[in-house]
Amino acid sequence: MTPRPSPTTTRCGGPSGRSNIRVGVITFPGTLDDRDTQRAVRIAGLEAVPLWHRDKDLKQVDAVVLPGGFSYGDYLRAGAISRFSPVMETVIEQAKGGMPVLGICNGFQVLTETHLLPGAMLRNNHLHFICRDQKLRVENANTAWTADYEAGQEISVPLKNIDGRYVADERTLDELEAEGRVAFRYLDGNPNGSLRDIAGITNAAGNVVGLMPHPEHAVEPLVGTGRTDGLGFFTSLLKKLVNA
Amino acid sequence: MTLDTVKHANETPDVDQPWAELGLKQDEYERIRAILGRRPTGAELAMYSVMWSEHCSYKSSKVHLRQFGEKAPKNDALLVGIGENAGVVDVGQGYAVTFKVESHNHPSYIEPYQGAATGVGGIVRDILAMGARPVAVMDPLRFGAADHPDTKRVLPGVVAGIGGYGNCLGLPNIGGEVVFDSCYQGNPLVNALCVGVMKHEDIHLAKASGAGNKVILYGARTGGDGIGGVSVLASETFDDSKPTKRPAVQVGDPFQEKLLIECTLEIFREDLVDGIQDLGGAGLSCATSELASAGSGGMRVELDRVHLRDATLSPEEILMSESQERMCAIVEPGKVDRFLEICEKWDVIATVIGEVTDGERLEIFWHGEQIVDVPPRTVAHEGPVYERPYARPDWQDALQADDANKLARPETPEELRAQVLKVISSPNQASKSWITGQYDRFVQGNTVLAQPEDSGMVRVDEDTNLGVAVATDGNGRYAKLDPYAGAQLALAESYRNVAATGARPLAISNCLNFGSPEDPAVMWQFAEATRGLADGCLALGTPVTGGNVSLYNQTGETAIHPTPVVAVLGVIDDVNRRTPMAFSDEGHLLYLLGDTKEELGGSAWSQVIHDHLGGLPPAVDLDREKLLGEILISASRDGMVDAAHDLSDGGLIQALVESCLRGGKGARIVVPDGVDPFVLLFSESAGRAIVAVPRSEELRFTDMCGARGLPATRIGVVDGEEIDVQGQFSLPLAELRAAHEATIPALLA
Repeated sequence: MTPRPSPTTTRCGGPSGRSNIRVGVITFPGTLDDRDTQRAVRIAGLEAVPLWHRDKDLKQVDAVVLPGGFSYGDYLRAGAISRFSPVMETVIEQAKGGMPVLGICNGFQVLTETHLLPGAMLRNNHLHFICRDQKLRVENANTAWTADYEAGQEISVPLKNIDGRYVADERTLDELEAEGRVAFRYLDGNPNGSLRDIAGITNAAGNVVGLMPHPEHAVEPLVGTGRTDGLGFFTSLLKKLVNA
Repeated sequence: MTLDTVKHANETPDVDQPWAELGLKQDEYERIRAILGRRPTGAELAMYSVMWSEHCSYKSSKVHLRQFGEKAPKNDALLVGIGENAGVVDVGQGYAVTFKVESHNHPSYIEPYQGAATGVGGIVRDILAMGARPVAVMDPLRFGAADHPDTKRVLPGVVAGIGGYGNCLGLPNIGGEVVFDSCYQGNPLVNALCVGVMKHEDIHLAKASGAGNKVILYGARTGGDGIGGVSVLASETFDDSKPTKRPAVQVGDPFQEKLLIECTLEIFREDLVDGIQDLGGAGLSCATSELASAGSGGMRVELDRVHLRDATLSPEEILMSESQERMCAIVEPGKVDRFLEICEKWDVIATVIGEVTDGERLEIFWHGEQIVDVPPRTVAHEGPVYERPYARPDWQDALQADDANKLARPETPEELRAQVLKVISSPNQASKSWITGQYDRFVQGNTVLAQPEDSGMVRVDEDTNLGVAVATDGNGRYAKLDPYAGAQLALAESYRNVAATGARPLAISNCLNFGSPEDPAVMWQFAEATRGLADGCLALGTPVTGGNVSLYNQTGETAIHPTPVVAVLGVIDDVNRRTPMAFSDEGHLLYLLGDTKEELGGSAWSQVIHDHLGGLPPAVDLDREKLLGEILISASRDGMVDAAHDLSDGGLIQALVESCLRGGKGARIVVPDGVDPFVLLFSESAGRAIVAVPRSEELRFTDMCGARGLPATRIGVVDGEEIDVQGQFSLPLAELRAAHEATIPALLA
């Protein structure tokens, strides 16, 4: 893909100016952070394309974000029902073909339900919803969504969930560690009892990434925690998709 | 059982009816018979009983609430006033903001999780019904003593319910209050506020007009929950001798409400509704009668078309059910198909249950037989009005004579230091982050300020950075000492909190929590508080846009402290100009604005150190509050201050501790000559704030204060890692943080 500067610059023109990269943002019933994610995508200089859970058509997007929220009310189990939405059929198929997919919070839970990513999220060990600014270490800076960070870089982004405790069997955890697939780890205190302080992981190819904290809430100095540490998730796409 | 039709009621005038069990008084029942010229049917009796309840009809409070209209300051910003689902205020740039605070006190005591959850759900639907997208919520909460075992049952449930429901709706929770006092034991106050934003042209009203227009009920199915919530639960005093009222509490489904919000906003975008009303207290009885009463013409409803969770529900139960997540819309026939299509898109059940008629009656049918035939105004808007007797209680003089200024004070710097630590770590003064950390404050990506800041602030427009700020405040201790002043102090504090963040106060909403109106002493408190609030709003130029009255907050003979809670809404042209509370830069000068007098009545110090409540609350000077507000807003707009924090309960030391901990910086305080350090630190004089001024702005700032006549006293500087009150004591930030933050988790986690 060749980068092509947009003829019009908008207020949301990001660090690299506008690109023609189209990022789909899925809305399931009960999704909450879809509009926030679209805004983050625009601020990064990319085009946000709303996608609807009942549509199999991904509208020729270059990447997809599954945003946070409580899709289907988290009934049965977080992400368990959304995983069967028509849109997910296409997402699973294209993810296997290499399309970048990012699952944030509830989106991460959906990705584990699809088995695009291993493991599962259980209720936080303290049993409460927790909302706080969370420090993370970027462990893998080679994925489609982390290429704009340095390996080992420390960032702070908001965390907000009640079912955020990452678990997997020992063999899977060892595998993830060995293959460098632990993408983010919690620093300064594990907020929910996640095994091995895991905050997010990637698939082996590096195109599918899921994490519990919310980078889309850390893209503007004016709102949220006042940090922009999360912007790199979206600008990473520029690096990966444009240079690929 | 035979169906009690209108025909049957005509034929059987002498049937015994359960009016007393439904919460009606004898004379009210007689009045219903007089209005109808016959006995009511069972369905009609059900409707009148819920709509004439204290909660829905405001029958005891109405005569006092009229002052909010009569004394309303002239204010061009008010677009929709009292009487609709919520008031609407013009905030400029074509935007309108609607906000309201409501109570869900009784249900939250009986069933804390669902009571608090559905309190959030109800106020959110009120805001939605005005045509607005809900953008933030807040929860002013009051519980019994922090160490009482029942507080450990009620509080975690309430907090989980607010979080469980609000977080799932995607609404940032940006502020509120948590107060403990044994007077709320058995009668916790769970108030909920919601703010919504729309364009002027999107304002919708609750009225049914246009004969032939369809009445559509949409949202959740109707179940057997919450029957009599407003009448037998919210409008009576708790009494241990009666069976539990848990079935009168509604059960919420936030996922359904989220779908309802998005579905309704899409319906608004396509301009498909003529009138709209949410279903809350009194359910379908309220929605149908209010819509019909406010519009032109009558309404005909086929009640058997309502989708039910439980097919065995009787028509009376369907009319009284307070099942959540339901709305009622009036739609032109040509727009019905598109309306239903959008509902289907969002998996929301929608049913045409009736239509607007050119008659004057509300008529309801059950499988073809008429069970209701009433003039809707008599149900919705012409309920009983009581002039309840009121009298200043005989204990008021003794309470006021018990002067807190005469309590024993610390005699040494060591004692003063120890009392500071004790006060700032007491449950009311301690950090509430264990509670607010369970609420999502980031969602929607527009949160500029959230708790523990003086007011919550959200961005309204991403391009212009227009924003709104809201604060809620109330102090039952002050109001107990003097209800008139107490209500004004709540207003003044909320006003000050909004101004401290740089926003210009525009209008207020209120939630008036009191004991039983049948007690003349309580009624006197209510009369005084409403008079104080109406006078205060006139003085400050902030009209009342709406609100809620919660009475019967008492167990047996013991009423809660009178607790008027005031929410002030402000506007800020550019949220970049907001003033936070944190002291973040060393070297900034600390100025105390306003006058500090010896005022300890009702103070946090008197409560924590002496377990005392007596004397008079701090004096009110609303002209001073207005001036202080203007100074804080100007300073914010012109970049003269780096931080500001209002002074209220806990006094100066409380504000210093909070601002220092928030910014991670200490402060060196110099007690001015001739000032008693104890009074400086603990007095709760109103009309004060502390600001951090960069040295480069000092002259400009002090000139402004001098020119406008606001006392500004330089009392120190942001510096180091401790609060050092020179010549008295110093307290390292680490020690302060440990004391301030450990209390609530230790009691409740």
